[in-house]
Amino acid sequence: MRRALVLLPPFLWLLLLVAAPVVILLGIAVSEGAPGVPPFTPAISLQDGWRGTAQNLLTLAQDGYYAAALLRSVLVAGVTATLCLLLAYPMALGIAAAGERWRVLLLALVLLPFCTGFLPRLGAWIGLLRDGGWVNGVLIALGVTTEPLPLLYSDGAMYLGMVHAYLPFAVLPLAATLLRRDMSVEEAAADLGASPWVVFRSVTLPLSLPGAAAAFLLVFIPAAGEFVIPELLGPPEALLVGRALWGEFFQNRDWPLAAALAVALLALLIVPIRVFQGLDEGGSRRGASPPARGPGERPGMSK
Amino acid sequence: MRRVGLVLGLGFLWLPILLLIGYAFSADRIPFQWGGFSLRWFAALAANARMLDAAWLSLRIAAGAATLAVLLGGMTGWVLARHGPFRGRALFGLLAGAPLVLPEVVTGLSLLLLFVVLQGAAEAALGWSPDRGALTILLAHATVGLAYVAVVVQARLAGMDAALEEAAADLGAPPFTVFRTVTLPLMAPALGAGWLLAFTLSLDDVVVASFVSGPAGTTLPMLVFSQLRIGLTPEINALATMLLAVTALALLGAGLLLRGRNTPRS
Repeated sequence: MRRALVLLPPFLWLLLLVAAPVVILLGIAVSEGAPGVPPFTPAISLQDGWRGTAQNLLTLAQDGYYAAALLRSVLVAGVTATLCLLLAYPMALGIAAAGERWRVLLLALVLLPFCTGFLPRLGAWIGLLRDGGWVNGVLIALGVTTEPLPLLYSDGAMYLGMVHAYLPFAVLPLAATLLRRDMSVEEAAADLGASPWVVFRSVTLPLSLPGAAAAFLLVFIPAAGEFVIPELLGPPEALLVGRALWGEFFQNRDWPLAAALAVALLALLIVPIRVFQGLDEGGSRRGASPPARGPGERPGMSK
Repeated sequence: MRRVGLVLGLGFLWLPILLLIGYAFSADRIPFQWGGFSLRWFAALAANARMLDAAWLSLRIAAGAATLAVLLGGMTGWVLARHGPFRGRALFGLLAGAPLVLPEVVTGLSLLLLFVVLQGAAEAALGWSPDRGALTILLAHATVGLAYVAVVVQARLAGMDAALEEAAADLGAPPFTVFRTVTLPLMAPALGAGWLLAFTLSLDDVVVASFVSGPAGTTLPMLVFSQLRIGLTPEINALATMLLAVTALALLGAGLLLRGRNTPRS
């Protein structure tokens, strides 16, 4: 069958570079650390059979340090996603309400910041927030403060950087959902005497909930494992799972513990990920795709 | 109300970027401090051999990874949208979507562990194994890019009526001709957009690259990250300004090209 020729290369690639790494990750998470290169004893080997250990996963559960890191990551991701959603909602409403010409320009303005590169944008925040920086200069000029405030390397700076980096991810699904909505329902509600606020609360908001959920999760999922932004803008001691994993791997060279942390992060994210994928499938099924035809059927000419 | 929210949101997104561009032309040694107009940081950038080497490496990795991602992701998207049911379809869909939702640290660590295992196997079988570096970064970025290209291609094909392809087949075109003359032109805008997406993702990635790289492979984001950890330099502003100018021009060009031959949607 010739179709297999198209199926086989990507399937083999995905098995080798997506499935196998996750399986190996699970294997290393139950392996014992050992000095050497690579620094662990495999959990399963041909000579010795099973030599796995649950020690790494137990360490995560018992040592408050890692549990706190996991919990705090979920909290930070939740706050970031909520802030993004609050900022993105009015932006998406504005984009959906704009004429077609304007809409393309506005979407480009939301997307173009990606092109400056993620790190220079963080660099800009460092430059703006440091003691002699722009923000402190403005605050001193306004008389809000006489001494520069320690803005950089704080939770506030971290959230600012996170929201700035992830905001476009929240705007896009919301704008797409709001664009697809049936405006006649809102017009009917307005015709029947509902005030703009009542129309928004009882029609627009409920209709946009799937988009809002997608926007929230699209920020929440990557933010939970974020490493670079807290590292560059957050307080040095801020404990997050991305940083803990990075530290175990690069500084302590404890690969099994890093793998166990990755497995724990995945376990925490599995429910949000499944919900997100469910939303995604629902969205594409509701989309413009025509029902698939059987190969034997004549193509319809009713277009 | 809506306008206010939109203007505020866009202002928040763009304020640091506009300042960054403005201060890239400042002569002052301290970044984000105005010392008169100057191009000295662009000149410093052009003379910085480490930065140029890293940029050249990053560009080659990004172009290679994006091209591989378009080939494999194009196939993946086609399979998801057009291939009938087959054994393992659920697994295929799951694997194709996984890189989109896995946190970067998990992707990076798990791919590194795979490469270490493969290196060990090569060592045992051949007595020699390639170092980690540009090649492993390219494979990792191609895998992430593949998933993004597949989503774009699948969405494009799902929005197109399969009747066009069926009509060509009914009129006697062999399968490959149908693909070449109908399906591929339909997919082309998605493939182009997917290439740009995969290229940008690769050029911006620091976490996955840091995990899977070896001593020889330092990409531009890895270098910028290590510099930002020490302290900000005005050169980084100049670099970001150049990046923005190049991508804005590329996007403008792509937009004009697409406008020239916009395919009608069914």
